[in-house]
Amino acid sequence: MSERQAILEARGLVKRFGQVTALDGADFELYPDEIVAIIGDNGAGKSTLIKALSGALQPDGGELRLDGTRVRFRSPGDARAAGIETVYQDLAVAPSLDIASNIFLGREARRRGPLGLALRLLDKRRMRREAAAHFAELQIAVQSITQPVENLSGGQRQGVAVARAAKWARRLAIMDEPTAALGVRETRQVLDLILRVRDGGLPVIIISHDMPHVFELADRILIMRLGKRVAVVTPQTHTMPEAVAIMTGATKAELEQAMTTEEPKE
Amino acid sequence: MTTIAHPALQTGRRILGAPTVGPLIALLLAMAFFSLKSDNFLQGQNLSLVLQQVIVVGVLAIGQTFVILTAGIDLSCGTVMAFGQIVMTKLAVANGVDPLLAITLGILACVAFGLLNGALVTGFKLPAFIVTLGTLNIAFAFTHVYSNDETYSDLPSELLFFGKTFTISGTDVTYGVVVMFVLYAIAWYALTQTAWGKHVYTVGDNLEAGRLMGIKVNRVLLSVYVLAGLTYGVAALLLVGRTELGDPNAGQTTENLDAITAVVLGGTSLFGGRGSVIGTLIGAVVVGVFRNGLTLIGVEVVWQYFVTGLLVILAVAVDQLTHRSRT
Repeated sequence: MSERQAILEARGLVKRFGQVTALDGADFELYPDEIVAIIGDNGAGKSTLIKALSGALQPDGGELRLDGTRVRFRSPGDARAAGIETVYQDLAVAPSLDIASNIFLGREARRRGPLGLALRLLDKRRMRREAAAHFAELQIAVQSITQPVENLSGGQRQGVAVARAAKWARRLAIMDEPTAALGVRETRQVLDLILRVRDGGLPVIIISHDMPHVFELADRILIMRLGKRVAVVTPQTHTMPEAVAIMTGATKAELEQAMTTEEPKE
Repeated sequence: MTTIAHPALQTGRRILGAPTVGPLIALLLAMAFFSLKSDNFLQGQNLSLVLQQVIVVGVLAIGQTFVILTAGIDLSCGTVMAFGQIVMTKLAVANGVDPLLAITLGILACVAFGLLNGALVTGFKLPAFIVTLGTLNIAFAFTHVYSNDETYSDLPSELLFFGKTFTISGTDVTYGVVVMFVLYAIAWYALTQTAWGKHVYTVGDNLEAGRLMGIKVNRVLLSVYVLAGLTYGVAALLLVGRTELGDPNAGQTTENLDAITAVVLGGTSLFGGRGSVIGTLIGAVVVGVFRNGLTLIGVEVVWQYFVTGLLVILAVAVDQLTHRSRT
């Protein structure tokens, strides 16, 4: 794996908030066509890591490389300009606007010619057509692309946010707890959507508390503890209790005990 | 959560749920009521008078709609207009400034107040309610200090132009009425057909989402308050055209509340992100119909205050209830 060129790579990231060291030399890499999940206990530094990767905050030390080139993101706008889109857990959509407007929010298409240049007239037809085609490609079912987002279910709303990220991300998408606010069936819809996004060729970084989902989605799982990456596992090499044990820093004896209670026949 | 209603029901709901339907029904009911009570109400000349009485509040309410769509409120609209009105009339009458320059300076005075409101709301993150309550009083003080409590009359004809009338099939229409409709058309276009409009709605709907999507939310907010100031400046000119006076006591009693009432009656939510200027236009006409109709049937002026007060509370209550059902 190490001979492949990572799309996004972080080395020795450090971030301090006063006395608290949120990131203490954390490493990270994301390769093409994969979903990497970041797990860790509360305060392990996974949110800080994600924010450093998406430009929401600037690390005090360490370096970031995008396609092997050193980069520095001073704002989410910088990361966005570099082709990194982020989906936030608290549904970053404008509920009163329709789906197409949300997909194009901040990137509205104007008419060609004088109508667009002088009168700033929006090309609503083109935005609707493109948004509808994008939804069809991602197999997101909605009644109409002109529905206000507030009329959608929670799962569909998050679908809009994921679809928007997938439409504009050229390098990778970051998803911060994308299913945290959703019910069982809606979570299923969003998970399937994330898999389709990955299969479409866009690598994804996902943060989740939900171990079964992490183990279902992720190609690799990065485990954080005390501001460091302590392990990288895959669903093939480790079980969920093992991953949780690494995450919580359980001792080997505790881990073995956990394993025996998990599989009583042994 | 994913209950899909029958298409016919959905269409019905969309029509009834369309933000302008409620205000339109209110308007028709009010007109039906007053035409039953007074034979003169539906006369062409009277309806033309209603429109003329509506223009000042109607134009103020355009700026107010912008501000309320961003989940703000502008309590200063009436007194800022009064200040602009005094600036343009005093300069033209007492100082002998060229009337067109005086008009421009009067409008710019209102724009400056808009800029001040916007800068305080975006730069210092102060609540719009408090900021504009402050500028309401500042503009009030400026108006009285600058005018020395004098009233300016004998205005040059340029300042009176928008009070002049032309005739459509025997009914007098003022140029001010035309200006109001043109401004509504422009505001509608800006809010619904441009990216700026989408961003105004987004700022009121989910400010943080807008920021995360790369919208320069402070720039949008500032532009909203500045444009609101511009509409108050135009309203000042229309007011001068109607009253033919520069009056330090004008625009400070009914116009403030009437403009907010028009916006809320028009279905624009005080929570931001929802509403339309078309609704506001209807809301402004509803307010005008009530004021005119109550006068026609001989209700005392004080009771008109009572009725507008009641109307605004009713509209806000409806807004609250629909907001609660949405979240």
